[in-house]
Amino acid sequence: MTAFIAFKIFRAVVTLLVTVTLVFVFIRFSGDPAAALAPPDAPQEIIDQYAKAMGLDKPLWQQYAGYLGGIFRGDFGYSIHTGKSALTLFAERLPATLRLGGTALLIAILLGIPLGSVAALNRRTLLDRCVMAFSVFAFAMPNFLFGLIMILTGALVFNTYLGGSSGAGSWAGVLPPALTLGLAAMGSFARFARSSLLETINKPFMRAAEARGVPFLRRLVRHAAPNAAIPLVTLIGLSLGGLIAGSVVTEQVFAWPGVGQLLVRSVATRDIATVQFIVLAVAFTMVLANLMVDLLYLVIDPRIRAK
Amino acid sequence: MTRQPVPPAVKLSLCFIAFFVLIALFGQALSPHEFRDTSLIDRLKPPAFLGGPEQYMLGTDAKGRDLLVRLAVGARITLVVAIVGTLIGAVLGSLLGILAAARRGVAETVIVAAIDVQASLPIIVVALFVLAMFDNSFTLFLLLIGLTGWEVYARLMRGATLSAKEHGYVIAIRALGASPWRIYLRHILPNIVNIALVQFTVNLPLTVLLETALSFLGLGVQPPLTSLGQIMSEGRDRLLTAWWLTVFPGATIFFLALSISLVGDWLRDILDPTLRTEA
Repeated sequence: MTAFIAFKIFRAVVTLLVTVTLVFVFIRFSGDPAAALAPPDAPQEIIDQYAKAMGLDKPLWQQYAGYLGGIFRGDFGYSIHTGKSALTLFAERLPATLRLGGTALLIAILLGIPLGSVAALNRRTLLDRCVMAFSVFAFAMPNFLFGLIMILTGALVFNTYLGGSSGAGSWAGVLPPALTLGLAAMGSFARFARSSLLETINKPFMRAAEARGVPFLRRLVRHAAPNAAIPLVTLIGLSLGGLIAGSVVTEQVFAWPGVGQLLVRSVATRDIATVQFIVLAVAFTMVLANLMVDLLYLVIDPRIRAK
Repeated sequence: MTRQPVPPAVKLSLCFIAFFVLIALFGQALSPHEFRDTSLIDRLKPPAFLGGPEQYMLGTDAKGRDLLVRLAVGARITLVVAIVGTLIGAVLGSLLGILAAARRGVAETVIVAAIDVQASLPIIVVALFVLAMFDNSFTLFLLLIGLTGWEVYARLMRGATLSAKEHGYVIAIRALGASPWRIYLRHILPNIVNIALVQFTVNLPLTVLLETALSFLGLGVQPPLTSLGQIMSEGRDRLLTAWWLTVFPGATIFFLALSISLVGDWLRDILDPTLRTEA
């Protein structure tokens, strides 16, 4: 088991290292980084000065070593537009994104999984069909369209504007964007909870429990749920990528002052240092989340531990 | 195998897809205007059925351009990007996956590491990263969209090839002296291509959504070209006063993604009975 954990951690570290290297290669070969970091109308002396400050006159391997060293020291460069460090800009935006993403994930789990379970227990009824239709709807609905519908409904029905930084402060304000962001995940959770539970309740041990006279609710909570929940853990871990991708769009639609909005703005203004930091942060988060899912499996699924 | 009747939802979806393709191909003929023709007098006219001028069936945008023609052109771009993009990812990913399983060794290690890296970065973040550094061009955008989900194909095809290699039929053909090319192209590929086809139908709506989302953010298809997402983002500031600018492209994107995924689910049930969703 130690070997299993060690292998997983090794793989995560390698993945991160490759990502960091790829980012370096891309930035280094996309053109002159000094010219890219300097303002577009900067004279050549300024660009040379930038190049010297960034160590671009050194050999490539030294630059790479310096870049890696900078990452380990927490030095990710400075935004060309605000002069602040990329890390500071990111840290300023992170709480808003975490609140949005966290609420979205919570909504998706708390609504999606019960919906799917109810559908599985009432298989082939109208309710089941409605839940399945909802999951297809949630998958196909572009989040920018759903967000605009939310804003429009808010404006016409409730006479309020649902977007903007004013909403970022209050708990009620987070609900419309969080629902927009969590919709797709909610649909896929419902779908997978349904199929996972369906598969579990048809297993022989469930019939055995029924034959022993275990009451229905106990069969569901103690026998079926723990088994059906195992694949859902992976799914929730995997949904993180979708949530990060979705938050980029959702934050833009609701003018939510988070990391996604910062990313889009930095791309539009070619603020390479900030974009680079956000890419690395996303990769780090995703690799860490995947690792945690793998390790969580050891805790919740004794069968893997035994191997 | 008994033939199941085609469900009504799938029939409707097929009709919508056909309608969409027809509009994309011939929609321009429905209007006397070009998609770039501006008219300062006819700015923000409502659709003809709501009392707007006869010549603008679906109304006009803030520059007085005919929405119907713009939708038709946008639909065409969206369609091309979705199909070409999904194909690039499918072919690239499948080839890499088969290569990894066929060659093992260093090639496999490298490909698996690349899969891990791609899986740790949502494609929209990769796309934004690349667009931050390179000038946006239609070709670059198409290639980026093409990267969508390649790692899923690679992972699936690698697994399928590895297990196919152990099957009796492959061992028998190898014993008969067939060349590796013949084994992979003539025998293994036809047996596992269904898996890639199923994944293709899953990916196609995702590609549509990615393209429209990036264009909506202003980082995808650039003017003078247009796409459904771009039209939506232009109409976004006039949500209350000129709702048709957002509603028509938005509804088109939604119904397109919906139809493709419904047809995809249905195809998946036909092509791969082992994956059949419990219904």
